[in-house]
Formats: sequence, C-alpha cells, structure tokens
Amino acid sequence: MITDDGMLVPDNEMHLQFRSVSENEAFARVAVAAFVSQLDPTMEELTELKTAVSEAVTNAIIHGYENTYGEVRVSCAIWNGVVEIEIEDDGKGIEDVELARQPLWTSRPELERSGMGITIMESFVDELMIESAPGRGTRIRMRKTIASSTKPIGQA
Amino acid sequence: MTGITKVRSLSTVAFETLGSGGKGVFTMPVETTVVDGILLVRLAGELDHHAVESIRQDIETGLESVRHRGLVLSFRGIDFMDSSGLGLILGRYRSVKEHKGRMALCEVNTTLSKLFELSGILKILPVFESEQAAILALKEA
Repeated sequence: MITDDGMLVPDNEMHLQFRSVSENEAFARVAVAAFVSQLDPTMEELTELKTAVSEAVTNAIIHGYENTYGEVRVSCAIWNGVVEIEIEDDGKGIEDVELARQPLWTSRPELERSGMGITIMESFVDELMIESAPGRGTRIRMRKTIASSTKPIGQA
Repeated sequence: MTGITKVRSLSTVAFETLGSGGKGVFTMPVETTVVDGILLVRLAGELDHHAVESIRQDIETGLESVRHRGLVLSFRGIDFMDSSGLGLILGRYRSVKEHKGRMALCEVNTTLSKLFELSGILKILPVFESEQAAILALKEA
C-alpha cells in the first residue's frame, strides 16, 4: 500500500526476536501462522508456512548457533496477498550455500538430521533466498502467495 | 470478512497448536506398547526438533525390550511435523535395520505423506492404514 506521504509500505508487518532455544521453534511458527491467518489461508497453506518457518528457525538454533546463546529474528510482511518472511541469525553462517541446498546433505550427521530442511522450505514456499557467509550469520527470505487473499489488509 | 470472523480464525490457530487435552505446545507425549513382540509407538502432538530430542531415547529403550525385532510408528495423533521428525524416523530405521529387524509406518495423513514422499521415506518404509495391518505385516515377515 502507499501511505499519505507517498511511501510504499507493506499492508501489514510484524517483528519477533527471541533466544535460540528449541522451545521457540513452536513459538515462532505459531506466531507467524497467527499473523498470516488475517489473509484467511487454507489449512494446507498455513501448514506449509509453519513447516518452512520451523525449518529455518531450527537451522538457526542448531547450525547457526550450534545450541549456544544467540538471538533469532523473524519478520513477516504482507504485500497484497503475498507473505514475505525473513528469518535471521548472527551465527556461524553457511560455508557453501549451494551444497547446503542439496537434498539429504547435512553438516551435522551425528545429530540425526535428515538433511531435508532446505528442500522442504523450497517446496513449501514460492520463493526462497539464502544469504549467508562464514562468521556473518544467515538470512533466509521466503515468499508465498496466499490464494484466497483478494482484499487489501487495513481497509474497513 | 468481518472483524469477528478474523478474531475467531486467529484463536483457532492458537488452539490447534495446543493439541488435545490442553497438554501445551511443548510436550510430546509418546505411548509405547509391545504387541506380539513388536514395539508399537503412538506419536502425538508436534514432532519438531525440540520434541524429538526427548522421545528418541524412549523409543530406543522400547526397542531394546523387543530386541529390535519390529517397530511400528503410528502418526494418528501428530498435529505437526518437520524435517526433525524425518530425522527421527530415519535414525530408528538405521537402528532397527542394524539389528536385522523390520519397521513400518501407519495412520499417515496427506500432509505427512507429502513430507515422506519428498524425503524418499516411502521408498524404504511400508505405510499401512491401521496399526493392526502394520503389526500383522511385520509379524508375518
């Protein structure tokens, strides 16, 4: 939407920041699902978004911070029926993003990881971008169009 | 859509994640029983990284009691699962196979099927409609 002074802003947005503990995996996906429900998504769309968020937050906790103390940030914006979610950490970063995107590849086989996290994110959202560098943290950005959302948010 | 309907859909999301019996988001009850020498595990609630950490050992302890002969995982009570759940299944598959035992899955909904298909689990593990059918198949093997 465009504000009175001509700024292009999302129809709605929210930001979360929380500690890198596994209890917050459920907190993050439920918070995002509750926020997105204003677009009246189908159960399937909601499950797909929750799963994608859960994968990204879990990766931040396990791989980014390797279960040490850290901050995870999630922001969520709605642009004309498109949900844009960013999940960001200041952890160790990904050495080789292309390798990490390969199905079944995991940097931590000893943890019984399936290596499917990024593959699941890719198949459950429309667009997935990964920005990361060793020692510089990771930012995952995902976009998904919610089919039923025809009416702009914030209009009476 | 009216404002009232929006409020209702918000609270529905929150309640659904709470699961049945008001057990909360952060518990992952797991019920294990032995039927004819086969370990039947009824998974329930949300199978994510947090939950998986606490139930892996429960299943392994149960497997020892049946000498890793057979394992059936039932997904009827699962409200949510991500790749951490896939890791749990693949880990138990390795463990059972190492001991030359057999394993099957049952009561899988369409959302879970999609995850299983994506990860190739359907190629290595049989899926049955009911617990009885899964147990029978392992017994006859």
